Amino acid sequence: MLEAFAQNLVYGVLIGALYGLAAVGLSLVFGVTKFLNVAHGEFLMVGGYASFWLFTLWQVDPFVSLPAAIVSLLVLGAVFYQALFSRMVKLTEGVKIQNTLLIGFGVSLILQNLALKLWTADTRSITTAYSGQVFNFLGIRFPLVRVASLLIALVLVIALQLFLRRTYTGKALRATVENWEAATLMGIDIHRVYLLSFVMGAALAGVAGALVGVGYSIEPGMGMSWTLKSLVVMVLGGLGSITGTFVGGIILGLTESATGFIALMAGGGLTYKEVVGLVLFLLVLVFRPEGLFGSKEG
Amino acid sequence: MLKLDTINAFYADLQALWGISFEVNAGELVALVGPNGAGKTTTLRIISGLLKPQSGTVTFDGKTLNTEPAHKIVELGLCQVLEGGKVFTGMSVLENLELGAFVPQARQVKNQTLKHVYEIFPRLAERKNQRAGTLSGGERQMLAIGRALMSKPKLLMLDEPSFGLAPILVDQMFQMINEINKQGTTVLLVEQNVRASIDIAHRAYVIENGRIVGHGSGEQLLSFESVRSAYLGDSHA
Ligand SMILES: Nc1ncnc2c1ncn2[C@@H]1O[C@H](COP(=O)(O)OP(=O)(O)OP(=O)(O)O)[C@@H](O)[C@H]1O
Ligand SMILES: [Mg+2]
Repeated sequence: MLEAFAQNLVYGVLIGALYGLAAVGLSLVFGVTKFLNVAHGEFLMVGGYASFWLFTLWQVDPFVSLPAAIVSLLVLGAVFYQALFSRMVKLTEGVKIQNTLLIGFGVSLILQNLALKLWTADTRSITTAYSGQVFNFLGIRFPLVRVASLLIALVLVIALQLFLRRTYTGKALRATVENWEAATLMGIDIHRVYLLSFVMGAALAGVAGALVGVGYSIEPGMGMSWTLKSLVVMVLGGLGSITGTFVGGIILGLTESATGFIALMAGGGLTYKEVVGLVLFLLVLVFRPEGLFGSKEG
Repeated sequence: MLKLDTINAFYADLQALWGISFEVNAGELVALVGPNGAGKTTTLRIISGLLKPQSGTVTFDGKTLNTEPAHKIVELGLCQVLEGGKVFTGMSVLENLELGAFVPQARQVKNQTLKHVYEIFPRLAERKNQRAGTLSGGERQMLAIGRALMSKPKLLMLDEPSFGLAPILVDQMFQMINEINKQGTTVLLVEQNVRASIDIAHRAYVIENGRIVGHGSGEQLLSFESVRSAYLGDSHA
């Protein structure tokens, strides 16, 4: 019983790392551009299918093809940004959120239907030779690919953090978050900053999608649920904190798995698992709107 | 160096500037003074490209700025310090200054300029690793000016740098601005503190309701009855 619970928590952390990774992407885009990209989950889905395709058609290992998933999403993100989102840059914050919300819904419908046409509605997953490998520790099972995914997510988040802290471009991004006018007056081209953060967010979604494809499964309709989870985690972690957001993802994963386990023991269904994220979201909004790790002061 | 020619500017349907023309010559310290809502900030936004004029031209060193995007204008050597400074509060003082040197030509000489800025504002050197959000109002204003200097501007535009400062700091602030100008940076100073600005400025323009209504050297302006009564409190307050 205790072991089963611990096992559940481990699964929670493993999926939570992917929630975190996806949410970090959404949060980066929202923080810099104030675009609420509800097609984020579909970007993630596309990353999953890119990896699935490369594996099925050319037997490219999903971990080896991660750079390809990144590049596809960088390109896809840039196309959608230039075609649609770039027109929203000059609007005031409220209008921007509304308009990008609508654009995002449009984009997500397009991508969903495209995925249906290209890959049918079937649930897919990338099954490699090592997919079933598990190592045991203290009687708890650690699936190899999921642990590898967690490590990759961790490395990417740390890399992003270093990029934002240490590089000139990263600092320009943070400056734009704080005050785009002041940033412009430093000679920063905020259109480029917006584009950069948008495609970086898309790429993070792409990696998360590929990792979901190999550790779990993908389907054309998965996007909405991932957008919602990313949104929950973004609020949970607090805007502007990359590590906070990642930890927020793990907290959501843990909460879901713990609730799922308790509900199962009590004879309830697994549906509670989906609801708990939204409950958590509301609780945070009410009691700590700046997020668990965000700071009130600007 | 800088020339505005019959600038008309709008915020949506509202006209904020009406045929504004003036000049700033190399090496000068020019003040632009006027009451609340006169259009001082709007004028600076037009020059720095944050707002585009509906008609009229802005030229800098012979180049027309009308179609230049704001971030390119900084590269040409024009830098505006926003009202209130608008430092990046989540970053350290040093990071703020580094961002000031974002444009390529400034980035190359970043370390030298930094030394120079620390000489003008020793306080910033003391606080370099502190988060800008923890600075006092006066220190933030110094940081904002220091950050602008990091871009090696030929023309520095300041928007009410003395606003909200303690009286003793106000004097210091004007001295520092004077010093920056003496060291070779041309300054366009927007102020409501007319007396102090006119004291250090070579020339001043008076703006009211979006129009330039007066112009002259400091002493000349001080003798204008309207300026005396409106800004220096000679007849009321
Ligand atoms: N963003 C804006 N949208 C609409 N109107 C604006 C905007 N900014 C300024 N205005 C209007 O334009 C006019 C000029 O404003 P501006 O800020 O240039 O004045 P100012 O001289 O800088 O005043 P202050 O001394 O109060 O800073 C004012 O009538 C103001 O209400
Ligand atoms: Mg103003």
